[in-house]
Amino acid sequence: MNGQGNIEMNTVDLQKQSVRDLNRALHQLPEDNIQVGWEVLNPGGKHNIACGLDRELNIRIDGHAGYYCAGMNKRADIIVAGNVGVGVAENMMSGSVFVQGNAGQSAGATARGGLLVIDGDAAARCGISMKGVDIVVKGSIGHMGAFMGQAGRMVVCGNAGEALGDSLYEARIYVKGSVASLGADCVKKEMRGQHVQELQELLYANGLNENVSEFTRYGSQRNLYHFQVDNALAY
Amino acid sequence: MCGIVGLYLKNPSLENRLGALFSPMLIEMTDRGPDSAGFAIYGNEVADGYVKLSLQHSDDSFSWTDLAAWLTNKIGEEADLSENATAAVIRVKTTEFAVRHLLEENYSDLRIMSIGRGIEIRKEIGLPQMVSDRFGLPDMKGTHIIGHTRMATESAVTTEGSHPFSTGMDLCLVHNGSLSNHNRLRSWLERQNIKFKTDNDTEVAAGYLSWHLQKGATLRKALESALYDLDGFYTFAVGTREGFAVLRDPIACKQAVMAETDDYVAMATEFRSLAGLPGIENARIWEPEPGLVYSWGRKAA
Repeated sequence: MNGQGNIEMNTVDLQKQSVRDLNRALHQLPEDNIQVGWEVLNPGGKHNIACGLDRELNIRIDGHAGYYCAGMNKRADIIVAGNVGVGVAENMMSGSVFVQGNAGQSAGATARGGLLVIDGDAAARCGISMKGVDIVVKGSIGHMGAFMGQAGRMVVCGNAGEALGDSLYEARIYVKGSVASLGADCVKKEMRGQHVQELQELLYANGLNENVSEFTRYGSQRNLYHFQVDNALAY
Repeated sequence: MCGIVGLYLKNPSLENRLGALFSPMLIEMTDRGPDSAGFAIYGNEVADGYVKLSLQHSDDSFSWTDLAAWLTNKIGEEADLSENATAAVIRVKTTEFAVRHLLEENYSDLRIMSIGRGIEIRKEIGLPQMVSDRFGLPDMKGTHIIGHTRMATESAVTTEGSHPFSTGMDLCLVHNGSLSNHNRLRSWLERQNIKFKTDNDTEVAAGYLSWHLQKGATLRKALESALYDLDGFYTFAVGTREGFAVLRDPIACKQAVMAETDDYVAMATEFRSLAGLPGIENARIWEPEPGLVYSWGRKAA
């Protein structure tokens, strides 16, 4: 595809080229090649699309992607115009990933930074072991959401499945709808000023016209074994 | 590993293309299961009072014509035979019980893959592409179909250990995952007079469902009981005369994705199996929730 304004658009058709071709091309871009737009056609549920990027890039994936889409992302802004399978944006470091459909299990798993937005629902283990990422799910999430979440924020505009926030550390969870059950050591928490503010900012930044007062905050009660100072020497 | 796929047509005008739509779905799951493949296709039902049998035999030179003649003579009704590569299909006016008893008593090496009004099962060791080619899957017609590509874990790579497993009249099971309490459950089921032919864990799950169904449970009840009695991880797809049902273990260890349009309902272990279906771009696509029985059919399963 030729120029659109000043931004050069590159198109990769995954019916004609392999995922490896695509990822290699993205990895080999020069460091100073900023703000280049890429369009990925016919993703066809293929795995590992746009993984391991470390450039300021805009990428649009035009269709449904398979597992680990946008995994390990750093700096790139990636839009998936479709659904994604297991592990979208797993271990993301920075940048953003927008999914315009539903996400499979373990969305944003272990991610350390950046923003993951899912327009539809996310399945089980969304944000498992999250370590600093912001995750905004406009629909609902499955069971074991934010399991062992260590840092970062998760916003769920729909409902959460069983065992939300099991064994949480410091991640903060905001849910508007119902929660099927809370996991071990996860409790409802008061919405103090700072929480109202950060939730408002997250909602606003993502164009969500939600009423902050309808959300409940969940976090760690810090009662599990490893939180007890008496056990500190056991490690 | 293993891959499972299913396609149920809501739009009857697609029935002539069922095999053509389904074959690429099965083949796409080759990475997940290169050891063997199989499918259960439903359609072309026999009349009331008749049964349709899918059969295989370990001896390639086994004469299906002789078997059909023998059955015709024994039952006193014409046994209509059609052969398809290593499989044979016999249609005859009798009951499931009578014909099963007759064959098991007299032809112990015969493998009864399925018995029903509409079901036909084909399965073989080898790559899914080979299995699809061998049985001419792309030309097959029907209302719905489920299939499996196997990466063997709990038992040997044999045709007998391949999926689908028959669980009774027009019923069959495919499984992605592995069960950990299948030995104990098999012993218990054997005491309830359920017979097993392999060491396979999925055959135990099939036998377990058969036992519940024989006791009068609905398929939904049988599957809900499975949530308590089966230990392990699994996604099951169960083919029924009317459609198919899907169940994932309560922890949802094994992946599954579903898609629905006005024309069909499809399920697969991975989305890429569904990527070639017509209208998939605008399908409703979601991951089935764990521990919930999903079913589709012309009437409730």
